[in-house]
Amino acid sequence: MKIHKYDTVIVGAGGAGMRAAIEATKRSRTAVLTKLYPTRSHTGAAQGGMAAALANVEEDNWEWHTFDTIKGGDYLVDQDAAEILAKEAIDAVLDLEKMGLPFNRTPDGTIDQRRFGGHSRNHGEAPVRRSCYAADRTGHMILQTLYQNCVKEGVEFFNEFYVLDQLIVEEDGVKKSAGVVAYELATGEIHVFQAKSVVYASGGTGKFFKVTSNAHTLTGDGQAACYRRGLPLEDMEFFQFHPTGIWRMGILLTEGARGEGGILRNKDGERFMEKYAPVMKDLASRDVVSRSIYTEIREGRGCGPEGDHVYLDLTHLPPEQLDAKLPDITEFARTYLGIEPYTDPIPIQPTAHYAMGGIPTNVEGEVLADNTTVVPGLYAAGEVACVSVHGANRLGTNSLLDINVFGRRAGIAAAEYSAKNDFVELPEDPAGLVVSLVEQLRDSQGTERVADIRRELQETMDANVMVFRTEQTIKTAVEKIGELRARYKNVSVQDKGKRFNTDLLEAIELGNLLDLAEVMAVSALARKESRGGHYREDYPNRDDVNFMRHTMAYREVADDGKDSIRLDYKPVVQTRYQPMERKY
Amino acid sequence: MATPTLDKEDAKPEAGFADSPYITVTFRIRRFNPEISADATWEDFQLEIDPKERVLDGLHKIKWDLDGSLTFRRSCAHGICGSDAMRINGKNRLACKTLIKDINPAKPITVEPIKGLTVLKDLVVDMDPFFQAYRDVMPFLVTTGNEPTRERLQSAEDRERFDDTTKCILCAACTSSCPVFWNDGQYFGPAAIVNAHRFIFDSRDEAGEQRLEILNDKDGVWRCRTTFNCTDACPRGIEVTKAIQEVKRALITRRF
Repeated sequence: MKIHKYDTVIVGAGGAGMRAAIEATKRSRTAVLTKLYPTRSHTGAAQGGMAAALANVEEDNWEWHTFDTIKGGDYLVDQDAAEILAKEAIDAVLDLEKMGLPFNRTPDGTIDQRRFGGHSRNHGEAPVRRSCYAADRTGHMILQTLYQNCVKEGVEFFNEFYVLDQLIVEEDGVKKSAGVVAYELATGEIHVFQAKSVVYASGGTGKFFKVTSNAHTLTGDGQAACYRRGLPLEDMEFFQFHPTGIWRMGILLTEGARGEGGILRNKDGERFMEKYAPVMKDLASRDVVSRSIYTEIREGRGCGPEGDHVYLDLTHLPPEQLDAKLPDITEFARTYLGIEPYTDPIPIQPTAHYAMGGIPTNVEGEVLADNTTVVPGLYAAGEVACVSVHGANRLGTNSLLDINVFGRRAGIAAAEYSAKNDFVELPEDPAGLVVSLVEQLRDSQGTERVADIRRELQETMDANVMVFRTEQTIKTAVEKIGELRARYKNVSVQDKGKRFNTDLLEAIELGNLLDLAEVMAVSALARKESRGGHYREDYPNRDDVNFMRHTMAYREVADDGKDSIRLDYKPVVQTRYQPMERKY
Repeated sequence: MATPTLDKEDAKPEAGFADSPYITVTFRIRRFNPEISADATWEDFQLEIDPKERVLDGLHKIKWDLDGSLTFRRSCAHGICGSDAMRINGKNRLACKTLIKDINPAKPITVEPIKGLTVLKDLVVDMDPFFQAYRDVMPFLVTTGNEPTRERLQSAEDRERFDDTTKCILCAACTSSCPVFWNDGQYFGPAAIVNAHRFIFDSRDEAGEQRLEILNDKDGVWRCRTTFNCTDACPRGIEVTKAIQEVKRALITRRF
């Protein structure tokens, strides 16, 4: 075991982590731990753009953006946070441009902007051009630009280090962060990073679904590490299903395709979104479009021999426009489906895409131990966190924005905290939990296989807690996850070595997914209403009287070692927008 | 084998798929684990696979159902993150962007680590020298003077000038396909030059001269022998050799 000491440790090197690192490195001795290499992070897969009311191509302002974000989140958004997001969006985009990001340009040479789902002029009048973009590679450009600037600033990375435990120490009755414990993939060695402050920026949890746009590595490691140490997880029942994933594969096809004029069609060629969202049509919010697609499929208007998908039609757009604005997604269609998007529509289905919930933070990125108490020295930003700027449904282009605004805020706040505070003493045997976890899995002679349990988990999640949910389906999922968690205790790995043991790490990641899937399902069961991405067929309406509140899920451990989930609730911050019926 | 070979197109992958989508293929994988043996060996695995699936899907089937110790890097699984560059049938590709049907599944599919970088285990190589060469070319925008309050202006034509090289995902497929790099690991390699190009030809940047001097080094652009392996290997379709030629020309004319 090795012990390292840094002022600030950042966990994860995607957009939020690197944005935080650029700030923290200027202000404090900082280390970034990532289980991949920085440029492998899934920020790079984001396509369509980053929202900011620059008003470069038409009238726009941050107040309209704030409203759209709150409405898009079905009023579960904390309105103070949404206002910060929309206001700081403008500088966040300009900062990236100054860092070198190659945005597409207008004829005047300013940053070009395009339409995106749920973003509107004057509180819902018509779609507005608010998404700043670089073809359909905006996430790639953000990731590369941030990495380039990390190189420029001399950010210190620990690549292929898996953070497996969050050290929490109680001092004078206050829970404080003391550091993290990481596993080095190359050697199997365990490292303790003592740090004055820790920033989680480790991304989402999408791999508990089967059809997902998420990378194999999005296994909720940061959420799980905090949750196991008694910290709550907020709004985990809210998961976004992106309307246009490649049929059966789940690979993302950007909403920018519809922003450029693409149309969703059913087997009769009908532009069905006109029925569900007369104003915004194909550019309604993602939860609305995904439900509409599945309604078409369930009512027998799906395409293909099994009627299990619909089409994204780009054939009416000029090939030059597709080449210039959507080069990557048209190539995906060619590579993975053998389809030419110039002439043929692309089969799509909704794909599990984004966790609105996560580690609760305030607007400075400080992690909360309950509804109000901050954990000194602990921060989170990006998809791992829940500020909450996305509420019950995130708008497209608001996540690339979120990672930049709140990644920056968390990086600054953490480094400033480090400058003013001393190290918290490490607990006795700081690596104990990770050592026993690793040894137990490596030495296990159990008969269960990681791949089997993961497949069954993904199948039950797809079948039971996807776009449509009922008490019955969620209960089925809870029961199945419980059974899988029991079987997981008997799991073993074949690779017993220390060097690059990805077999072992996949087993650990599965443990994280199982814990988080259970939190998600239990949270969903208790929310007896429909709001944003959480749609209950048995409770099809939004219920502001009983459920205009955030879910807070805590892990409780009984004396006999058995764990259970305790749910609590937190009020939504409302400033100037009263909840209204949500129409697009 | 000095030059990666293109697969023969004479195979007819459509034959025999009519009833079941699944076919039996053999993966012939270069295995190496210094914890067990100092020598690398070939190992064959037979599996059932839909030819429309990716080579990465095949590797996962092996890892998840046959041999958990098979080790490779991967993440996004659709050609964006650059984790899974490997040598498939003698050619550098991303395992997640290569479909079984496109590489003649009638014969064993060989999978090896990319060349020129130290193999650490199975298909995992040491990427540090690769990223060091990248860092050495100053891969970031350099400007002087006060920053404007709004964005820097750039015409669409100026933006287009370096568009091709912004697509790089740092997968190392190009660099590790380059015979010059195989013989001399000191050569910057195509990927680093591509990333220098991305800034040299960006109208907003002011450090083009410095980058050109870095690449004027004995291990710089002049080592390129224009074999076009890099261009063939690039999974993003970047015209890598052309970018290198443009940097050479800029060094001679000092115009960029």
